[in-house]
Parts: sequence; structure tokens; C-alpha cells
Amino acid sequence: MTSTTAASSGKRERTVTAPNGTETGPQLYVRAEVRARKGKQPAWLLAAVVVLAIACGASLAVGARAIPLETVWDALAHFDPADGNHAVVHARIPRTVLGLLAGGALGLAGAAMQGVARNPLADPGIMGVNAGAALAVVGGIYLFGITGLTGYIWFAFLGAAVAATVVYLLASTGRDGATPVKLALAGAALNAGLYSLMNVVLVSSQDTLDRFRFWQVGSVAGRDWSVILPGLPFLAAGALLVLCSGRVLNTLALGDDLARGLGQRVGLSRGIVALGVVLLCGSATALAGPIAFLGLVIPHAVRFFTGPDYRWILPFSLALAPALLLGADVVGRVALPPGEVPAGIMTAIIGAPVFVWLVRRGKGASL
Amino acid sequence: MARLSARDLTLQYEQRRVIEGLRTEIPEGKVTMIVGANGCGKSTLLRGLSRLLRPAAGAVTLDGKDIHSRPAKELARTLGLLPQQPTAPDGITVRDLVGRGRYPHQAFFRNWSHGDSSPHDLAVRNALDATATTELADRIVDELSGGQRQRVWIAMALAQETEVLLLDEPTTYLDLAHQVEVLDLVTDLNRRRGTTVAIVLHDLNLAARYADHVIAMKDGAVVAEGTGIDVITEELVRTVFGLESRVVPDPVSGTPLIVPIGRHHYPAPQATETTKPALEIAS
Repeated sequence: MTSTTAASSGKRERTVTAPNGTETGPQLYVRAEVRARKGKQPAWLLAAVVVLAIACGASLAVGARAIPLETVWDALAHFDPADGNHAVVHARIPRTVLGLLAGGALGLAGAAMQGVARNPLADPGIMGVNAGAALAVVGGIYLFGITGLTGYIWFAFLGAAVAATVVYLLASTGRDGATPVKLALAGAALNAGLYSLMNVVLVSSQDTLDRFRFWQVGSVAGRDWSVILPGLPFLAAGALLVLCSGRVLNTLALGDDLARGLGQRVGLSRGIVALGVVLLCGSATALAGPIAFLGLVIPHAVRFFTGPDYRWILPFSLALAPALLLGADVVGRVALPPGEVPAGIMTAIIGAPVFVWLVRRGKGASL
Repeated sequence: MARLSARDLTLQYEQRRVIEGLRTEIPEGKVTMIVGANGCGKSTLLRGLSRLLRPAAGAVTLDGKDIHSRPAKELARTLGLLPQQPTAPDGITVRDLVGRGRYPHQAFFRNWSHGDSSPHDLAVRNALDATATTELADRIVDELSGGQRQRVWIAMALAQETEVLLLDEPTTYLDLAHQVEVLDLVTDLNRRRGTTVAIVLHDLNLAARYADHVIAMKDGAVVAEGTGIDVITEELVRTVFGLESRVVPDPVSGTPLIVPIGRHHYPAPQATETTKPALEIAS
């Protein structure tokens, strides 16, 4: 038995036990993983939070002007406006908070979408939700001359919601309703269509393109409290909806028929979680631009610690996605001096190889 | 007395009508087998009975009340369903999968149950115990054999603790030994807990052996229902499957045993008949 066959999902006629009853390699491997995670999720989650704290510390300390950690602590505990280092640390706080919020939102949204669509490739980027948000923002810039990032958020919500609804309606046609495969196809098609439309607008208007460009690549730099605060209630509402849906997603993962048999109102549950996803993606996209890969890679990676239980996948994604985004932002600050690589590009650079590794390892591409 | 019954039930997919004006009852406390040829609508009927398919006309009632008028979770505490070929999330352990059967007993925002002595853990332990899967509890569902996996799915349905359980072809893709194992298990469940069971089954011989009650279907209609001995006859096999056969008493259970007749095999003549022509030739 090769590890690839052992990893492909849903095969009914697969046995990993050799005829003489001895266990083969992949099976022992899988069991070690179960042993590693059994009952230890709280400890791993604590470790994830520590990793996130380290990423926050690094985000405050690292940059064109490196600040020692003690000074970072001083600046937070006893801020002295006269101290130049303290001022630099304080200037980095909004950026760090934004990374925390956008990262957490995208991680949660990615995990929830994978559960709702029952598709390991579901990701706000792939399913057209971020594209919808982005197109709506471009439309807002082009048609209504929206300039402030505060204005973007409403367009982003609208676009995310419309895209999510259209994908769902497209996928719902036909006898079986919105199956995972149809959702992925509809999402991919809409995604391509929306980006083409967006490019049509962008090539026809240099002004829109200029304003859009910086926002589009996904960046947590250069945004301050006035941008962050309006997004908070939406992020909080979305996070609450999604975090409470662990058991609902666990049941959905068994398939629509079984979920219905267990008394779940499948359409309603999907709608509630999708609303949470739209709130999270819309706000995150408005705040930081469309950041790719975070919602895809993180929920896959955390399954190593959590198994397929969404009650753990969600909080782990919430903790580790911002850690990756902040880490990517920090690396982006020092990678190509004197310039900066935006966090959205860095997450893709870091995320793509990690994702390939996860898929190659076999355990990643499954639910 | 029937707890679950279909009244003038019409079921359709999009515009394709599969079942029209069907009336039948699933008798309480018995094992009912629903049999019929491919495409006769037996799985569709089960989908209708388990509220996966909303009737275009008529109703399915449980204890006299329309199942679609009852809150979904409340209904799921009484009426359980194991669909054909369910898929387990990859990497899930047996214990976790069985635990997911507890969903209708838990409140929406209540994510965790507390302590080993909670009714939920007890139900999971009982379900594992009843299906002899306790030893498999910490194993990954994907790595089990087909028969073990089916036992685990039944354990999940048991953890749901329903009084009525519907199973859609629970023995598909299992070898004969595992088919018998699964049906034995379901019978245990019926005998010990009094669970009302309805099963869509392909294998007529096994259906005849394990059924207290048989519902035979053709072209979306019920053509016969009753005990196995009354229902499963050579005439029925001809009507429902278009197949000539001999029906003899099962040497083990005495229930009807269908011996099919194909184009290449004819009923073996009696011993006296075979010897006669030989004698004639000899003389």
C-alpha cells in the first residue's frame, strides 16, 4: 500500500492490513498521528497561541529599524513619546492588529468554507468570495470615486455576499443540490469571470488602477485605526457565528443525507455559516486586500493537530493564520531592503510550497 | 400497529415521477425488508420515509403526525437513517464518528459534552459495545475493512438512539460473511431494543430470511406485502424481476429460498425422468 492510496479519500474497498495480519507502514504512521493528537488538543492550542504571541512580538520589533524586545515591552507598558524607539513600536501596532484581524478572519473563513462546501479546495480565494469583494471595491472606486478604505468595506461586503450567493445558486441547480464538486466548479468559474471583469475596469481606467494596485496585492502596512475600527463589529459577528458552528460543520462533513437524518437543517446551517464567512471575508478583504492561500493552507495544516474535528480546527485556524500572516509580513519587511514585500505576496510565497508539501504528504488534500 | 406510514405518497425528482399515490406501513417493532428490481423506486421510498425527499403529494406520518411538520432534531431523536454508502471524514477515529450520532441530542450552541459519565458518552459506549467495535474505538475509520466499517456506521446510528431505524442497502459491496454479520447485528438490535427497522435490500434470499415483514415493489408501486413466506413466491419473482425461478424452503431457516433459472440452466429433471430415456435407448 503506498501512502498515496492510503490518503485518497472515500475508497470503500481499501484495507491497509496485510493478509498475514501485520500492519503496513502507512497504517502505523496514521496511528502515530492519532496518538499524537489524542486528548492533547488543548496543549497544542496553547502552543499555537504562544506561536502567535511570538509573531506579534516579531511584528512589533522587526523592520527597517530593529527594536530590542525589552524596548518593545517598555513601549507597550510605559509608553514614552519622547523615545524614538517607542514611537516606532507604536507606529507598528495598528499594522500588527490588522494582521491579527485579517489573518484570523481568513483562517476561520477558510476552515468554515471547507466545511460548508465539504471541499478541501474551498477557500475564499478559490470560491470567488474574495474576487467578488475585490470587484465590488474596484467598481466602487471606478463608478463612485470611493477613496477611503472605510468606504471599501461596504463594497467588499456586498461583493462577497453577492459572489457567495451566486456560487451557491449556480451549484444548487440540478437534482442533487449544491454538491461539493458543483460548488468548486461554480466558484472557480465565477472567480475567473469576476477577475476578468475587474481587469476590464482596471485597464480602462489608469486612475482606478493606481488606487487599486496597492490595495489589491494585500498589505497590512499603511492602514491605521480609522480603517480598523469600522471593521471590528463585522469581524466579531462573523467570528462568533463561525466559531459556534463546530458541531454543525462536523455533522455536515458526514454528507447531506446523513446530516439531515441526524436532524440538521442543512440549507439553514450552510446559510448561517456562509453568512459568517461573508462577514469575515468581506471585512478582511476590505482591510488588507485579497490575501491568497491563508484560508487554504492553514486549515489544512492544523488538521495534523486536530484531526477532522471542526470544534478544534476553527480555533486552531484562528490562532495560526494570523501567526503566518504576521510572520509573512515580518519577512516581507526585511527580505528586499530598502523596500517591502506586501504580506499578501509573502503568504503566497511561503504558503504555496507548504501547500504542495501538505498535498504530497497525503494527509492535506482531504477533509 | 404502524408507527411510520406512507399515505398516498407521491415522490419525484425534478419532473420525473418515481412513486405515485403509494400507501404502505412499516410495522412497529419488526424488521421490514423493502425489495424490488433496480430502479423500482425502493430507495426513493426510503428517502421519502426518512424525509430526505419532500413528497409532491400525500404524506409520511410518524405516530400519526406528518414528519415534515415536526422539528428536524426532535424527529431525528425518533427516526434514524443510514444512507447508502456514507462517507467518513478522512482521518476520523471510530469513537469520534460514533459520537457524531449524538447530534440531535445536543443543543445548537453546545459544542462539548462533559465528563465520561454524561448520557452522551454512555450512549457512545453502548453503541460501540452493541456492534462489537469497542476495540476499534481509537482506530481510523478509513483503515478498517468493509465489514468493520459498516458496523461502525451502524454504531453511529445506534448512538442516535432512535426507535425507528431506516437502512438503505447496508450490505452493498460486502462479502457474504459480512452481509450476514450486518443483518445479524440489525436483528439483535431489533430483538434487544425493540427498534423498528426498515431495510432496502437487494438480496432476496437474505431479505426473506431476516424479514418479519416484506414490501415488494415494482414501477414505483407496492405489489405485495406481508410475511416472507406469503410474499416471496415464484410468481412474485416473475412479476417483480421478470425472472423464472424455483422457490424452495431455505434448509437452514425454512424461509423462502429463490433459486434463479437463467437461459443456460434448466430445472434439473427428477432422477426417474433422467433414467427413463436412457433405458429406452438401451432397449
